[in-house]
Amino acid sequence: MNRNDSKGMTVIVKTITRLTIGLILLYGIYILLHGHITPGGGFAGGVIIALSFIHIMLAFGSDVALKKLNKKWSKIIESTGALMFITIAVSGFLGGIFFNNLLDKGEPFELFSAGTILLSNIAIFLKVGAGLFLLFIALVFFKSGGKN
Amino acid sequence: MLELYIVLILMIIGAIIAVETKDILSSIVALGKVGLGLTIAFIILKAPDLAIVQLVVEILTLIILIRATLGRDVRYTKENQNLGIKLLSIILIIIFLFFSFNVLKHLPEFGDPILKVADYYIKNGLEKTGATNLVTSVILDFRAYDTLGEATVLFTAILGALAVLRKKGLKREISKKYEGVKRDE
Repeated sequence: MNRNDSKGMTVIVKTITRLTIGLILLYGIYILLHGHITPGGGFAGGVIIALSFIHIMLAFGSDVALKKLNKKWSKIIESTGALMFITIAVSGFLGGIFFNNLLDKGEPFELFSAGTILLSNIAIFLKVGAGLFLLFIALVFFKSGGKN
Repeated sequence: MLELYIVLILMIIGAIIAVETKDILSSIVALGKVGLGLTIAFIILKAPDLAIVQLVVEILTLIILIRATLGRDVRYTKENQNLGIKLLSIILIIIFLFFSFNVLKHLPEFGDPILKVADYYIKNGLEKTGATNLVTSVILDFRAYDTLGEATVLFTAILGALAVLRKKGLKREISKKYEGVKRDE
């Protein structure tokens, strides 16, 4: 993230991006981890994290953003999220029912409470965040070609 | 409830502007106004979960729309509508409004659900799942099967978009096959 690089937007935008990008990431992680206590959850947190990567891509150009998270790793992370969600669903069969909440419920208002809900939130976060970033890459770098 | 109606009227005006404007960037900005109005409506109706999701998804779609349309020569196709089609659409809208008015009269009062299941969720949600956010306890515990379906839809949609919009195509093989078909004919 070099400020004097010629690619991307102006120096003003790059400086502000360097200051705010950490806050956006932190807010996304907060929304994700507190999904079972306060409003929010995996979907909103995933979209905010994807937006922070898109923010880097708009301000510094595509090379910097793709160096931090390239297309191959996004695909791997998205598939990992989907597999994790399915695994949580199937592991409910250990208690007899699909999507059974097996783990300890814990105290209300604690971070590690509510059993598998936190794990499901993290799985959906991985899937949505990487998936929407991939969608942005595919739609923005798509060039409508000629006849062939 | 007055502020809700003001927001809804502003949203309808924004949607009409988005359809009727000639400039594509103004159209996208008007579309963003509709989405942000929906966010405010969710906050007024006391649904903060939905408001957060609607806000961030609206911003993401606006960025994608602006980046995907600006700088490309996206052409307008103005259809020339004749009088008969306009008259027909007005008649259809009147019929639709008539029937929907008759149906919506029989809905239960606002904030007074008739479902017994919702009552059970509100009373036993904290005890059964341990989550203090009841919305999360419904979508990831009581009704997690629906969330699985929604996640599958999103996964398939992104997979399809990536398959259609990829850079390296199967150009050579497809053209070979196409030539073979031509020769046979």
